[in-house]
Amino acid sequence: MDLDPVLLSRIQFAFVVSFHAIFPVFTIGLAAYIAVLEGLFFRTHRPVYLQLSQFWTRVFALVFGMGVVSGIVMSFQFGTNWSTFSYQAANFFGPVLSYEVVTAFFLEATFLGVLLFGRDKVPPGVHLFAACMVAVGTFISSFWILAANSWMQTPAGVDMVDGVLKVTSWGEAIFNASLPYRFAHMGLASFITGGFVVAGVSAWYLLKGQHRESSLTALKMSLLMLAVVTPLQLFVGDLHGLNTLEEQPVKVAAMEGHWETRQGAPLILFAIPDSNAEKNHFEIGIPNLGSLILTHSLDGEVQGLKSVPAEDRPPVGIVFWSFRVMVAVGLIFIGVSILGAIQILRGRLEHSPRLLRVINWMIPLPFVAVLAGWFVTEVGRQPWIIYGLMRASEAVTPSLSGGMVLATLIGYIAVYATVFTAGITYLRRVILTGPPSKADQGEMKSAHAKRPWSAVGDSSDKPAAEGRS
Amino acid sequence: MELFDLTLIWIVIIGISVFMYILMDGFDLGVGILFPFAPSDEARDDLMNSVAPVWDGNETWLILGGAGLLAAFPMIYSVFLPALYIGVFLLLAGLIFRGVAFEFRFKARDSRHWWDRSFSIGSTVAAFAQGAVVGAYIQGFEVEGFSYVGGAFDWLTPFTVMTGLGVVAGYALLGVTWAILKTEGATRDWAYRMAPWLLAVVMGFFILVSLWTPLASEHVRERWFGQASLLWVFPVLTVITAVWVLQKLKQRSDATPFIGSMILFALFYFGLLASMWPYAVPPEHTFWDAASDPGSQLFLLLGVLFLLPIILGYTAWSYWVFRGKIRPGEGYSGH
Ligand code: HDD
Ligand code: HEM
Ligand code: HEM
Repeated sequence: MDLDPVLLSRIQFAFVVSFHAIFPVFTIGLAAYIAVLEGLFFRTHRPVYLQLSQFWTRVFALVFGMGVVSGIVMSFQFGTNWSTFSYQAANFFGPVLSYEVVTAFFLEATFLGVLLFGRDKVPPGVHLFAACMVAVGTFISSFWILAANSWMQTPAGVDMVDGVLKVTSWGEAIFNASLPYRFAHMGLASFITGGFVVAGVSAWYLLKGQHRESSLTALKMSLLMLAVVTPLQLFVGDLHGLNTLEEQPVKVAAMEGHWETRQGAPLILFAIPDSNAEKNHFEIGIPNLGSLILTHSLDGEVQGLKSVPAEDRPPVGIVFWSFRVMVAVGLIFIGVSILGAIQILRGRLEHSPRLLRVINWMIPLPFVAVLAGWFVTEVGRQPWIIYGLMRASEAVTPSLSGGMVLATLIGYIAVYATVFTAGITYLRRVILTGPPSKADQGEMKSAHAKRPWSAVGDSSDKPAAEGRS
Repeated sequence: MELFDLTLIWIVIIGISVFMYILMDGFDLGVGILFPFAPSDEARDDLMNSVAPVWDGNETWLILGGAGLLAAFPMIYSVFLPALYIGVFLLLAGLIFRGVAFEFRFKARDSRHWWDRSFSIGSTVAAFAQGAVVGAYIQGFEVEGFSYVGGAFDWLTPFTVMTGLGVVAGYALLGVTWAILKTEGATRDWAYRMAPWLLAVVMGFFILVSLWTPLASEHVRERWFGQASLLWVFPVLTVITAVWVLQKLKQRSDATPFIGSMILFALFYFGLLASMWPYAVPPEHTFWDAASDPGSQLFLLLGVLFLLPIILGYTAWSYWVFRGKIRPGEGYSGH
């Protein structure tokens, strides 16, 4: 059997970038939360904010570490596996990725050191400033990387000259048609991810009767934020979809499972799309609702997949189902966070064990939604690597053999499996230990001078070795 | 001809970024390479804590090198990475294992020694792969049009193995002199004992590489032995610096050995660039062939000229915040 370097490179890219994407969505949201906690502590001096900040900073350090190392892999994937793409798109792609490094990565990396290890070495205001810089850095980073990605979806401001793309307008290329929607949608997704993890862990402590004060504070903060943000995500997602309908109608046809172009299209709830037969099996739909959502009119015309030749269509099944998973999770989120907000307003949050349990179960779901969303976006763009300009099959590194890609793919899977297993184990350990209790804190203050508190170090970890401090 | 040569400016910027990377990640990779030889677990804690607050910033220079090449010299990016495909994977895998070790080591209970190993093997592999990249650059690449057309293992030759080992030794020297600067007591005594040996090994590699490089690259041969050449300044200065570092080590000076090792690296680095000049993708393509569109170079230049001083400013500030000797229990407190 011949190993196809294009297919294997796509699998490899999807694997390493999906692995990477898990961490940033969480750290972007969490960095903002930590900055807020630090700010509140700075203003009010209430110990509960310090406890929470210290605890979540520990989690943050672990997750950020994994985000950084997997991100470094990403910046070389373009060159190793997609060198033709890199070469031809470099005039736009290179400066954008470089701006990400000089405006965001240095900021994050440098101030992270101060955030984690500098609490006793700099004045409180400067420490707060470091927390803010880390949070701002994560947002700047997502702006640039999403500008790069959005440009691949909806390219603009470039011209093909002698086989390479030249930028004719930086404004049009960077602020391309889909960037505003993608940036807003991704930003909200990060808040949702951070929010549900914080809420889920806090609910778990409450159920176990631990860390009551800090958990209640964290749960209220996150649920109230989520009650605003999750409905907003539905709204932004809808706008995002309308923009996609305008720019990439074939992708939307795949998302909706529409084969034929027609007026008064249904909203398909369930179906098994079949690319060979060019139709759906077991279709269940609501008449006319599809047209209503997409065109805001009951009998608006909706383009179908068959309007383009088969070789220009994305794989339909993945796009169709990933989209449904994302939207379903989004709707569940709206329900849970509004229920939570109501219980807070009624003052009954603590006494709703079933709700707390449900909130705890939510922890994995934002990651599922984020990956599903990316699968819709990226698989839906196929067969193009730059939409309408360059196909993925033309983009691959010419010297690459299938065997080389397979070898490194297996390598990455092995490396990431090890790192991920260990990361989850240690994350569990940090969470089991929980935020420092009040008593610890007194001890912490008295121990200040000789033993500054560490961001990640966990003194209860190794009681046998206490001797050294 | 334009008023000023953007490509030349970019050679300087990328040259400085790569040099910053070599110096900064050099010492923290070096600390990893030395990890198994450290005298005690306490010494290992101190070594790791001495680089914990800064290693991420140091590694960011590598990302700037990668992204900057894509922006200013796309041909280098799109030839080197495919040509070094397997080597790049090793480099990245090494950086992953050593990077996560910072967080994991102090969390682990029974498995701590695994993260010690992960840190040292990862650092060593990453350093070796970087050295092999340098060797492969000297060797040159098989290129057609703008793409690499050679095989998967063309880069792996006795010559690149030697440059790889040379960089491992060089980073270890930077690491050990950093340890002298940042630690006290038994750990520093150990570092003082190690340093002269490492210096000797590094000088050994220096001589070996100097003799071998003209054989591996026709271009370098002509450069050195062609006309009466100023290049001979580099080896002379290298020997003088090495002797100076050795003296300072004997006098148990704290900071000068580290500074001296950095000067040694500067001499190796700029000596190499001068030998290879003006080739970006040897044996045929110069930096000017490899350059991106002037519009793109200018667009990025405007931002970089403004931002690089700021970055250098806050980087210097963070080193200032974490200045001085590392005290037990500082940084991660594993014990
Ligand atoms: C700046 C560019 C960029 C960004 C931010 C992302 N991707 Fe992407 N993605 C690509 C650039 C790209 C690519 C280089 O363009 C690929 C490789 C092959 C292809 O056609 O597109 C790709 C392919 C690709 C595929 C395979 C599609 C297929 O071949 O059928 C998946 C599943 C993802 N990506 C998922 C993601 C996820 C989870 C991301 C979250 C961070 C993500 N992408 C961000
Ligand atoms: C597929 C293209 C991508 C590439 C090439 C890439 C590259 C990188 C690199 C090199 C790092 C390490 C930076 C450091 O050392 O601090 C990193 C981390 C990061 N990336 Fe990505 N990335 C990609 C996708 C994304 C996406 C889609 C987002 C979010 C919208 C994102 C947001 C971040 C953030 C916030 C960090 C900081 C580390 C962390 O939070 O875990 N990246 N990325
Ligand atoms: C609530 C209803 C939602 C709707 C209507 C919606 C809509 C969309 C659409 C149409 C796309 C594809 C855009 C394109 O490829 O051009 C998309 C992508 C995406 N969605 Fe959603 N979404 C919803 C909820 C969520 C939730 C809850 C999350 C995560 C917490 C999420 C995360 C993402 C991500 C990460 C992407 C890929 C990046 C992007 O293209 O923006 N979405 N969404």
